[in-house]
Amino acid sequence: MGVGIQVEHVNAWYGKSQALHDINLKIEANHATALIGPSGCGKSTFIRCLNRMHETTPDARVEGKVRIGDLDAYNGTSPTQLRRRIGMVFQKPNPFPTMSIYDNVAAGLKLNGYRDRKHLDEIVEGSLKSSALWDEVKDNIHKKSGASLSGGQQQRLCIARALAVAPEVLLMDEPCSALDPISTGKIEELIFELKAQYTIVIVTHNMQQAARVAEYTGFFLLGRMIEYDKTEKIFTNPSDKRTEDYITGRFG
Amino acid sequence: MASLRGLVPDPTATPGVLQISLWRRLKDYLATAFAISTVVIVLAPLVAIFGYLVYRGIGSLNLAFLTQIPKPPGELGGGMANAIAGSALILAIASLIGVPLGIGAGIYLAEYGQNRFGDSVRFVSDVLNGVPSIVIGIVAYAIVVLRQKHFSALAGGVALAIMMVPTITRTTEEMLLLVPNVLREAAYGLGVSRWRTTLSIVLRTATSGIITGVMLAFARVAGETAPLLFTAFGNQYWNWKLDQPTAALPLQIFTYAISPYDDWHRQAWAGALVLIVLIVSAVAAVRYAVRRGTLGGVA
Repeated sequence: MGVGIQVEHVNAWYGKSQALHDINLKIEANHATALIGPSGCGKSTFIRCLNRMHETTPDARVEGKVRIGDLDAYNGTSPTQLRRRIGMVFQKPNPFPTMSIYDNVAAGLKLNGYRDRKHLDEIVEGSLKSSALWDEVKDNIHKKSGASLSGGQQQRLCIARALAVAPEVLLMDEPCSALDPISTGKIEELIFELKAQYTIVIVTHNMQQAARVAEYTGFFLLGRMIEYDKTEKIFTNPSDKRTEDYITGRFG
Repeated sequence: MASLRGLVPDPTATPGVLQISLWRRLKDYLATAFAISTVVIVLAPLVAIFGYLVYRGIGSLNLAFLTQIPKPPGELGGGMANAIAGSALILAIASLIGVPLGIGAGIYLAEYGQNRFGDSVRFVSDVLNGVPSIVIGIVAYAIVVLRQKHFSALAGGVALAIMMVPTITRTTEEMLLLVPNVLREAAYGLGVSRWRTTLSIVLRTATSGIITGVMLAFARVAGETAPLLFTAFGNQYWNWKLDQPTAALPLQIFTYAISPYDDWHRQAWAGALVLIVLIVSAVAAVRYAVRRGTLGGVA
């Protein structure tokens, strides 16, 4: 099951330049939350703070409080512990090129020392089914490399890989920006189904996509969160002028 | 964009505008010819050397050459079997020491070495790459031979290992830096620790490039003579002990080539041929094994 996320006073820096200013928000469990905003507004940096990926960048720094369910992300939790409970899907599909489809999906468990072959088989099949890829690849999951799939299939493989470690939260950083409309449609359908079991946070440049998949939407601008509300409200009756300007295409 | 219409020449309206002129075709032809001729010039010495070695060496190459040890001066026949085995022994020692050290240092530089210490390691490694091999032989003499009180296969191996390290270090570093960062992040995102990510994802993705670097270093030191002169020293008999003077093919070739005997000169040619064939086949075998391992055998 998904868990809620609580973010309080989060600030983030790259070296000396501050990328996030005092972000506060509550992300609902088992819902999809979309983050929109122009390039460089800090939305990717923000979700990278949720699973402590931000600090892997040289000279990057985070301050503030993040709670994932009952877990305090920056206090008493190691990054590896935290990330096992938070799946992440990246902008460009990034399957491990040396691994078969099966090993890609099993990677999170295998690299953490899990060896029960029979259980792994079940998890791999289950994850590939959840990411709607199973029927397309089931005949050669051991023979084919993950990199040999099409772009859309690779992204669904990456989703399966993230799901295989049984996370409670799924972070998606512009997961469709490198995909064609048909693959995008498939991923969006998938997000709809996955909501039942996971809390989903999706960064997107595509406002229609935010409107289609997310119940809640946050609008970021210049490192600040300008507005955060029900998606419907953001797109029909935003309270902030800047949100309205952005969604009506006046800038960005 | 209808406004662009007028700017782009319409090929149907003005014939010849988009036709490739004779001069451009000539330039294209010249560039291709130049590229081909440089390839020929680069390959010519290699082919010439190999051809000449075959021409001079093949006559003295026989079963005895590959299975017997040298005959005393003045007697005809004999072979370099002990030198072939000795080279294999010394190269095995050098690889056992040099490959892990070089790869380890390369991993450090690529994954953790973005600091001043890393910069100094890079600098020292590049300097070490330029140190004459005879100097490295003297170093191995000082740190191994003088302590053991005699020449040995181990000392030869240490000398060659020192020569292998900088090449392997720098190619490993470069190959690891080529691995896209998104793969590291993908592994971190699954809750995989940093050292495990480095070993199982980064190193594995860069394997074939690193092997190329290792083979480059191996091929380079396999033919080295100078660092072996006062480390492995050479030996007219069989030796399998690590702490005893050991024959090596390049040493044997050197000794025979400067000797006054015609038969030894012929054997030196045959030795050079065998040395090149062995190096080429070792490199080819490893590359073949790696290619099969990475494409077919997904563990």
